[in-house]
Amino acid sequence: MRYLAPTTLEDAVHMLAEDPGDCRVLAGGTDLLVRLRSGHAEPDSILDIKRINALREITGEEGGWRIGAAVSGAEMREHEGLCADWPGVVEAASLIGSTQIQGRCTIAGNLCNASPAADSVPAMVAAGAVARIAGPNGTRDVAVEDVPQGPGKTCLEKDEFVASIFLPARPEKSGDAYLRFIPRTEMDIAVVGCAVSLTLSDDGTCTAARVSLGAVAPTVILVPEAAAALEGTKVDDGALEALANACTKAANPIADKRGTVEFRTHVAGVLARRAANIALTRAGG
Amino acid sequence: MALDSKTSNEAIQFKVVGTRPLRPDGIDKVTGRARFGADISAPGMLTGLVLRSPHAHAKIKSIDVSAAEAMEGVHAVVTRRDFPSLEPGSGTGDVLDNCMAGEKVLYDGHAVAAVAASSTHIARKALRAIKVEYERLDHVTDVDEAIKPGAPVLHPGRANESVPEGSSPNIMARYEFGHGDIEAGLAQADRVLERSYKTEATHQGYIEPHACLAQMGPDGQADLWCCTQGHYMVRNTCAEILGLAQGQLRVTASEIGGGFGGKTTVFLEPVALMLAKKSARPVKMVMSRSEVLRATGPTASSSVDVRIGMTKEGIITGAFAELRYQGGAYPGSPVDMGSMSAFAPYDLEHVKTVGWDIVTNRPKQAAYRAPGAPMAAFAVESAIDELAKGFGLDPLEVRLKNAAREGTRASYGPTYPAIGLEATLRKAKDHPHWSAPLGPNQGRGVACGFWFNFGGDTCVSLNVTPDGTVTVSEGNPDIGGSRASMSMMAAEELGIPYEKVRTIVADTGSLGQNEVTDGSRVTFAVGLATIKAARAAKAEMCKRAAMVWGIDAEAVEWKDGAAHPAGPNAGTHPPMTLAEIAAIASNTGGPIAGHCEANPEGAGVSFATHMVDTEVDPETGAVKILRYTVFQDAGKAVHPAYVEGQFQGGATQGIGWALNEEYIYGEDGILQNAGFLDYRIPVASDLPMIDTVILEIPNPGHPYGVRGVGETSIVPPLAAIANAVSEAAGVRMTDLPMSPPKVLKSIQNS
Repeated sequence: MRYLAPTTLEDAVHMLAEDPGDCRVLAGGTDLLVRLRSGHAEPDSILDIKRINALREITGEEGGWRIGAAVSGAEMREHEGLCADWPGVVEAASLIGSTQIQGRCTIAGNLCNASPAADSVPAMVAAGAVARIAGPNGTRDVAVEDVPQGPGKTCLEKDEFVASIFLPARPEKSGDAYLRFIPRTEMDIAVVGCAVSLTLSDDGTCTAARVSLGAVAPTVILVPEAAAALEGTKVDDGALEALANACTKAANPIADKRGTVEFRTHVAGVLARRAANIALTRAGG
Repeated sequence: MALDSKTSNEAIQFKVVGTRPLRPDGIDKVTGRARFGADISAPGMLTGLVLRSPHAHAKIKSIDVSAAEAMEGVHAVVTRRDFPSLEPGSGTGDVLDNCMAGEKVLYDGHAVAAVAASSTHIARKALRAIKVEYERLDHVTDVDEAIKPGAPVLHPGRANESVPEGSSPNIMARYEFGHGDIEAGLAQADRVLERSYKTEATHQGYIEPHACLAQMGPDGQADLWCCTQGHYMVRNTCAEILGLAQGQLRVTASEIGGGFGGKTTVFLEPVALMLAKKSARPVKMVMSRSEVLRATGPTASSSVDVRIGMTKEGIITGAFAELRYQGGAYPGSPVDMGSMSAFAPYDLEHVKTVGWDIVTNRPKQAAYRAPGAPMAAFAVESAIDELAKGFGLDPLEVRLKNAAREGTRASYGPTYPAIGLEATLRKAKDHPHWSAPLGPNQGRGVACGFWFNFGGDTCVSLNVTPDGTVTVSEGNPDIGGSRASMSMMAAEELGIPYEKVRTIVADTGSLGQNEVTDGSRVTFAVGLATIKAARAAKAEMCKRAAMVWGIDAEAVEWKDGAAHPAGPNAGTHPPMTLAEIAAIASNTGGPIAGHCEANPEGAGVSFATHMVDTEVDPETGAVKILRYTVFQDAGKAVHPAYVEGQFQGGATQGIGWALNEEYIYGEDGILQNAGFLDYRIPVASDLPMIDTVILEIPNPGHPYGVRGVGETSIVPPLAAIANAVSEAAGVRMTDLPMSPPKVLKSIQNS
């Protein structure tokens, strides 16, 4: 197995494009290394992007934040500006794995792993995040919700990788939140995940909302009907009930070892209501 | 010489026993220097891997290993054909069949072949090159399904003589215990409750996967290093399977990263020895976590029906339980012990239990901490709780009214000597936990539990070194701090500081037969043998002092770590300390040692009462453990911190069993959750600090009053938590685990 460790984005793009065999991109490695050790993946080469300085940074851009693909969950949590603007995204990223995993795992990797139960992805989708994808033909920007195509599948071509995630500028009186249901208290995988992001007007009316669900469909999903249930309301009990119903309706889960269809569908609504309440408080509502 | 022969610990002024010294293996374990099963290596060693069945039940039509054998770097491939044949249906025959399948594979993960290769990479490739032709058979994994007419049959004609004609062919044995007239007893009740309960299989969940290193020379001498709860058992079982003389196979136990009963049998060891024999190289085998879950022993799953009659004053008038346990693909589920222990805490005139041992297409069960008892207690303690609450009675008071005491004839036969159940119940009633207020969606549960405890073959050698330190050699792997406990008991008896004693776990060549570390036996039986070995050494040292002083040995007594003249008639010789006697031992008859070989009876039974508060989220069914207190009789707590650790560990494993741990099989009979992500053992943040209250009602069968403490603590939690969750959720939970989807559904249906 070959180990490649480029120091510039250009070199990384070139190496990936030129590699003749099965080459996997390594950021935090918290998914890839597990697969290597269990024998589920035996790539010919590994391309480590952690030595590319630009991908290790969180930088301000157009009032929002660009998060390099090799930035760890722990680094996000230590970034005051990011935490102030997008607490829901940061708390979702913080739920991945354990303290040790937090030192390595990345939200770009979480996205590329394309698990419908990924914790940071619903939060990114609710935030309206955009993935910047690098490849031999330059870069392209894709809405995060369009990256996963199914369990373990993404829209990335073989010679492409995610270079960064962009979180847009935050209007005044905005808040986001992510909640997941797990049978334990930590170190688990979401049975249902739900993220809500909303913005209020001065009189407390919700002017914009985005709602996303995880682990209830083959991919993380954006639920516009759920957002519509909040927009134009004061996020009162009636609106929260409509939100919960919209989420329950949008949920199309499978039954597996982690939960039944019935359970996931019901809990999607419960979590949506609870997450919306947290987002509302954060928005100053 | 005069020795203290008191049998009650109240009369003994302990100096070392009852204190909390540092454990001798502690530094090695926290620095990573301790050597566990996978840490042992040998020059030229090969990696051994096992090929496992992808089917739940299938005939093996053929196995072609030629391509694997021909691969560069592959030194040996073994299948069942390489092993001598053992009597089918014998205990060891089943162990062999479980280690390497014969004519059929009986569960997902059953071993069918193994390779030894120069690297893991090559061994993996070799496994893929082995061609196995299977003829798939129908399978069954549920205990109740397995005994329905038309269910797939695992072992036609293997039922023993206890099973009535016409029973399901998957029933291997029937057990019955009790006394009195059940129907007459139930007729006296104001209410008879009939309920059925189910529990899922749970794994012991030890952190260290099974691992071993085997080597065997052409002269027939073999050595094996492995993590196990009993290396003498490993020696005897492997010798029988491989046709070796027991004395030619030396087994050394590594440090052990948990066992909980699951390491009281063999899985890899005979295979590693056969690979070592065939390759003439040392072979190391280490299981992955997935292999541990698929192919090593979980405990049985159970289905239990109870009928209990109670008067409105809370007196149990009659109690009956029918227990069905599936123990995986071979006979031997712990339903016998479940049937014996079910009503053991109570003084009952009319009581009966019937147990059925059932086979299914699951891995062969292995012992798990108080094997069979937690499931039985779950059913019985849930029913008693429901009856008590139905009459508006205090559940602790009801248990006190019916509690077994000294002189009670136990439901399984014997009459109890002094026991501690009542003391644990009284302590629980007086504890602030019992009267603390509860909030909304919260509930409190209590339950009692019992375990037999055990003695077993034990051999201990105690040696005094020339500089006056002491080494104790014992033959039981140290799982719960037993090296420290043995050192403490030796120091107590000899009257020297704890630091002057070092206890080691000796290999099978160094001592006589030792029973495995099971039945909560080690602190009791090995402790007893250590005390007796120390007494033998003391007698010898008194003899040496007598020789120096020119008086009779009977005129010398041992106290405070030295030989003293026993009285004025013996003369005015200054005392000789252990170190002084040891220094001149060469001139007074040679080295000083004491040893003890025993199979001690008198392991005192043990009881506990657990109390737990839970909170249920009514919208998701999630359960939170808010507060937990264990009250248990330890006889005498040799090292109280380890006793508390056992109490807490049992409660924690019970919490996992009650709430989230389960073996999940798909329709295809394949295990769905063979990993710690989806086999959910509690993590630290799932638990409150578990409070412990140690009671000390001395066991008359041990010189210091010690009772085993390791197992009783897992018996009450399933019921205690179910009683608490039922109260919090407002609906009776009778099916474990109480995972969130199940709790939510029960709330929605109520």
